[in-house]
Amino acid sequence: MSQGPSVAVETPAVWPMYRAMVGVGLLCGVLIVGVFQLTKPVIARNRAEALQRAIFQVLPDARSSGSFRQTAEGRFELVDGVSGRGPLVHGGYDDAGRLVGLAIEAEGMGYQDVIRVLYGYAFDRDAIIGIRVLESRETPGLGDKIETDSAFLQNFERLDVSLTGDLAAIANPIVFVKRGQKDHPWQIDGITGATISSAAIADMLGRSTADRLPRIRSRLGDFQVAE
Amino acid sequence: MAQYDTSESVRDSDEFIKGLWRENPVFVQVLGMCPVLAVSNTARNALAMGLATLFVLVMSNAVISLLRSFVPRQVRIATFILVIATFVTIVDYAIQAISLDLHKALGAFISLIVVNCLILGRAEAFASRNTVGRSILDGLGMGVGFCFALLCLGAVREILGSGSLFGIPLFHEGFQPWVVMILPSGGFFTLAGWLLLFNRLEQRRSVSAPAAAEALQ
Repeated sequence: MSQGPSVAVETPAVWPMYRAMVGVGLLCGVLIVGVFQLTKPVIARNRAEALQRAIFQVLPDARSSGSFRQTAEGRFELVDGVSGRGPLVHGGYDDAGRLVGLAIEAEGMGYQDVIRVLYGYAFDRDAIIGIRVLESRETPGLGDKIETDSAFLQNFERLDVSLTGDLAAIANPIVFVKRGQKDHPWQIDGITGATISSAAIADMLGRSTADRLPRIRSRLGDFQVAE
Repeated sequence: MAQYDTSESVRDSDEFIKGLWRENPVFVQVLGMCPVLAVSNTARNALAMGLATLFVLVMSNAVISLLRSFVPRQVRIATFILVIATFVTIVDYAIQAISLDLHKALGAFISLIVVNCLILGRAEAFASRNTVGRSILDGLGMGVGFCFALLCLGAVREILGSGSLFGIPLFHEGFQPWVVMILPSGGFFTLAGWLLLFNRLEQRRSVSAPAAAEALQ
């Protein structure tokens, strides 16, 4: 077999490539870790402050708060910080340290993405007395009215979530109705132009209250120890 | 598309000025359209995204220019992306530390600065071939031009779509906001309006410049 003229192919030097990639990678890694360590306490403080503001908005009579998580045995235990697994229930206390209400986290699918809310539960009135959207990517100008529409937010000034006599279930599950058709205190009047988003709020509150309120009411004593 | 003159005859100040108007990244080069259309629904969001992009552009230009003789040609793009992604991560943490509400409003678009073709374009076309000083000036000019364009869009969209500017109400209570302006389609309408105005001004300038030169002769 005859051999043709050999063509010299210049192979790139590997070492300079390794040196550049590893060197730049290390430099970038150190920079990111440095900035992360620097901003971590500030971000954690911002998150805690935002949550604290939301708790006091949904429980206007509260002056201090404590966060609780339900254990496998069903008991609510005071936790330090908001990290960890499972949803939290925040107890709100007045100046004398008496429990005035509970702020409960709930979430559900909205029009664009998951919506996370915090709602205030006043056990002495058997009602939801406030709501605050913690996270939402609903359409600006339409779906985001769930945060600003005053008529819609009026639903949550006293939304009835009474329990049955044995505290085992909600007496009247929360129902979503079209705007202007609300007849009962457990119904939520929707928003025209943001029907899916407002119905999503009603749906997540309905599921959360049906699941959590009977358990919370039967263990209300667990929350009295916070202050 | 604008041509980049890297010769020494170009004054340093030109590197800064060109990005503001003559080679404006949005109105002339039409680059980085994703954040331009998505987060320009309010002036505050537009300004924040513009400043975040400006920071990433200046820092990545400076570092890439500094490393230009150290990085072999074959791995340059991977290295540029690594440097850009680092500064985007830094901006992400910084915005979370400054304001969680602002971070929530800008959403995923902060992370998407990594793939903004304006930044990679400047790294490849300019910073990898020029000195650190000139690269910083180029990044500053392009960044300020991008920020200016975003602010132009954000201001118009917020004024018409919400009746306010930087959250300050501008009209009486009877004003009916044009909701479409803060929706994605409003971004396209506003961009089209600005491009029309920008091109009209450029056309008039290109017609009047030779006439003025002739008059001088």
